[in-house]
Amino acid sequence: MAHDIPHEQHFHDPANVTNPEHAEHHIVLPLEYSFVFGTLLLCTALTVFAATRDLGVFNPIVALAIACFKGVIVILFFMHVKYQSNLIKMTVGAGFFTFLVLITMTLSDYISRAWGLW
Amino acid sequence: MSDSTAIAHGTAEAHHEHPPYQRHHFETIAQQNDATNFAMWLFLLTEIMFFGGLFTAYLIYRNWYYPAFVQGSHQLQIGWGTANTAVLITSSFTMAMGVWSAEMRKKGALVLCLVLTFTLGLVFLGIKTIEYSEKIEKHHVPGFHYSVQSFVDPASDPEVYNEYHDKPLALDMARHTELYFFLYFAMTGMHALHMIIGIAILGFMIFRARAGAYTTGHVTFVENFGLYWHFVDIVWIFLFPLLYLINRHPLAH
Repeated sequence: MAHDIPHEQHFHDPANVTNPEHAEHHIVLPLEYSFVFGTLLLCTALTVFAATRDLGVFNPIVALAIACFKGVIVILFFMHVKYQSNLIKMTVGAGFFTFLVLITMTLSDYISRAWGLW
Repeated sequence: MSDSTAIAHGTAEAHHEHPPYQRHHFETIAQQNDATNFAMWLFLLTEIMFFGGLFTAYLIYRNWYYPAFVQGSHQLQIGWGTANTAVLITSSFTMAMGVWSAEMRKKGALVLCLVLTFTLGLVFLGIKTIEYSEKIEKHHVPGFHYSVQSFVDPASDPEVYNEYHDKPLALDMARHTELYFFLYFAMTGMHALHMIIGIAILGFMIFRARAGAYTTGHVTFVENFGLYWHFVDIVWIFLFPLLYLINRHPLAH
């Protein structure tokens, strides 16, 4: 029972206090947010413009590339991942990687079932 | 709660002093912040998987029924979509500025940023309502009342026809536009639901921020809500080109 534990054991375990994964809290400044905001608006204009040009197979590729770029700068700056611990960076990376694995496996299944008819 | 846990808490409390917002099971406030932030990211990863399923379905059906998806997307107005993208990006910016205001302990600025974010969220939903009601009028909502009229006979829909000069689709392909609109409503609907939940939480936060809640050094809640709001923004960043910009160069047909 808890009250049988010697009272020293309730005190801080140093291993519990020091977190090797801790990153100091970084305050992103308004100027940096403003640059990101401006870039996002420019990219939106760019993606609408690109859609009105006939780029053949590159239309969806350009659209997705711009969307990915926008997503990445939102994650890095608005969501502070650039200034976070490696744990958070790995977690975010692992999430998107797993998503890509799932998409790849699903699509390879669909593609291989009716070979040549995709 | 059993007696023994109550006693354990009582004993430990005597040993470590901590600010009122630090939960007792954390050794330090830094540990609490790290753990909360990590948990928030894990939640967002489940959200990526959730929307990921919809995106995968979209990818496969778009590949199969491309002509139906092109003509379905011509029914959406680029102007509204672009405006909504700008509204949402701006709301992400005001949210980010809200986090900064909380970190700098600027109460007035925080309340202003939260109110702006709240308002822009409502503007987004307002525009979405205009778009949805147009779909309802034209019977482009999947279900018993769905109409393929605009796709088997594009000239009957002069507003869209004059811009894109779409060729009539065969009935079997035209019927697949319903799949496009199903995905359109499922994806933008789930996105809108996330916005509604976000706006409700924002309302709560405005109320609390006015009482000085987040400007005393404890910004975790604002920070983590910011993560949620930016995540919803990212989903839209992908929805916009995928749903609105499939094929917008009519002369290339």
